[in-house]
Amino acid sequence: MTRYTEGLENYKKKIAAITSQEMVINMGPQHPSTHGVLRLELITDGEVVKEIIPHLGYLHRCFDKHAESMNYGKAIPFTDRLDYLSSMNNSHAFVMGVERMLKIEDKLPKRVEYIRVLVCELNRIASHLIAIGTYGIDIGAFTPFMWCFRDREHIMNMLEWASGSRMLYNYIWIGGLFYDLPVGFEERCQEFVDYFKPKLVELDDLLSNNQIFISRTANIGALPADVAINYGCSGPMLRASGIKWDLRRVDGYSVYPELEFEIPIGKGDMGTLGDCWDRYKVRVDEVKESVKIIEQCLQRLRADFKRTPDFDPRGLVPKKVNLKAQEYYVRAENPKGELGFHFVTQEKTDVPRRVKARGPSFNNLSVLPELGKGQLIADLIAILGSIDIVLGEVDR
Amino acid sequence: MITEIKDLITTHIGEQAIVRIEEEHLHPILVINDSDLVKIAFLLRDTEGYYFDFLSNISTLDYYPDYRFAVVYHLSSIPYQTQLTLKVEIENDRRLDNLPEIPSVSAVWRTADWHEREAFDLMGIFFTEHPDLRRILLPDDWQGYPLRKDYEDAETYHGIAIK
Repeated sequence: MTRYTEGLENYKKKIAAITSQEMVINMGPQHPSTHGVLRLELITDGEVVKEIIPHLGYLHRCFDKHAESMNYGKAIPFTDRLDYLSSMNNSHAFVMGVERMLKIEDKLPKRVEYIRVLVCELNRIASHLIAIGTYGIDIGAFTPFMWCFRDREHIMNMLEWASGSRMLYNYIWIGGLFYDLPVGFEERCQEFVDYFKPKLVELDDLLSNNQIFISRTANIGALPADVAINYGCSGPMLRASGIKWDLRRVDGYSVYPELEFEIPIGKGDMGTLGDCWDRYKVRVDEVKESVKIIEQCLQRLRADFKRTPDFDPRGLVPKKVNLKAQEYYVRAENPKGELGFHFVTQEKTDVPRRVKARGPSFNNLSVLPELGKGQLIADLIAILGSIDIVLGEVDR
Repeated sequence: MITEIKDLITTHIGEQAIVRIEEEHLHPILVINDSDLVKIAFLLRDTEGYYFDFLSNISTLDYYPDYRFAVVYHLSSIPYQTQLTLKVEIENDRRLDNLPEIPSVSAVWRTADWHEREAFDLMGIFFTEHPDLRRILLPDDWQGYPLRKDYEDAETYHGIAIK
C-alpha cells in the first residue's frame, strides 16, 4: 500500500466496517431516478441514509483528451455531448471563449447574436421541461412528465428544422452559425410561444401547487446559501438558496444586456429556503423568463435584424484558428449552472494544448452527500431529482 | 485589481508567496508558491473587499516535454462579482511512483474535493491532506494518468485487448 492508494484502502475499510444494524444499498447505475448511469452507495440504518458515496465515471469518455487532438471547430460536436439536453448552450459557451481569444466577439453581426440567444433559450426551456417532467415522475406523478415532453417536442422539431439534428446540433460555429434560420422559423416560433404560455399555467395547476407534490418536496433537502457556495453549486441550485447569481446578468455576455428578464430566486414559499420545492420552482420561473427573452428576440429578428439576401452567418468563420499561446477561462450560464472551459492554446497550430470543461452538474452533484445525510431513502430520490444532473456532463 | 491582490498577499504572507504575474492572457494570472497556497486561499476567501468565496474550477496543465506541472484555480467572488486566476507550478521527474505534490484546498472550498480527485485521477497530481483522495472518473484499478502528454494507452485491460 502506497500513499497514493491510501484513499482507496480507507474507503474499502469503511465499507467493510459497517455495523450489524447498518446496511449498504446500491442505488444505480441502472436506477431510473438517478437520471442516467450514476451509482450511489448508501450506508443506511433502517430507512435513514447515514452516508452517501457517489461513484461516477460510467459515461466517462474524457472530453479533455479528445479536445487536445483536434482543432477548435471540430471540438464543438463534443461539447454538444457534455450536457446533451442543452447542446446549444454548451457550444455557445465554447464558441464564445474561442471568439474572445480571437478578438472577433464584438464584430459579430447582431442577427447572429440574437439567433444564438434565441436557440439557447429554446434549448433552456427544453432542458428545464425535462427537469420538471422527470422530477414529477421521480415523485410519482406521471402526467406532468407526458405534458412536458409533449411541449418539449415542439422545441426539438424547431431546432431540428434549424440545424438538421434533434438533440446534438453543432449549430453555433466559431464566428457565426451553421446556417441562417429557415424561412418561416420566426413565425413558427411565435406560434409556439402563443401555444406554450397557457400550458405553463396548466403546469402550475397540475404540479407546482399540487398538495401531494408540495408535501413530498417542501422542507426536504434544504440547502443553505453558504453551503451551496462552498460546494460550487451554480445555476438554479444556487438561486434557489436565495442568491441572485446569473452569469447572463453578471457577465452580460452576448446580447443579454439588451434583453429584459428577471432572475428568479428561491423564497421559501412552501417551507424552508432552498428546499426541493424552491429548486423546482426556480426552474419553472426560469422557463417563464426564457419565454420572455424569446419573444424579445423574435421581435427584433423580425424588425431590426431582418433576414437580408446578403446576410452571411458564416462571414466571420475563420479558415484556421490562429492564436498566440495564452490561457483563458470562459464561463456561461447553462440551464444547469456555470459551464466553464479553460483553454490553453499553443503557437502555430490550431489544436489546443488543453481544454478543461467545468460541468455544472458535476459540482451540483458533489453537494449530495451533504444534503442527503440523515434523510429517508425516499427523500433522497426527491433531493437527487431536484439537483437535475445530466450524467453526460458529470462524467464528461 | 491583480496588483492589489498581490499587495494584500505580500503584506499578510510575505514576498516569497508570489512567483510572478502573467499579464499576457485575457485575464492576468497570479502564479504563487505551493507552500503558501492554503494560507493564500484562506486570505482571499475571508478578506473583506475580496471574498473569493466561489471556486469555479480547478484545472491542471502538463508542460511536457518540460518536467513541470501546473494547477490552475479559477475563483470568483459572488458579493463583488470579480474573478481571479491562481496558478501553482511544480517541478516533477514524471515517474509514476513520485507524483507532484500540492496541498489540498478542500478545507477552504469544499468543492475542491471532487475537482482535486479529478486532477489526481486524470493528471496524477497528489493533493496532500485531502480527505478522500481516490480516482473519481476512471476505475479504481486504472494504470497511469491519461491527461499527461506522455501517457500511452495500455495494450490490455483485465486481459481484454483494447488496441
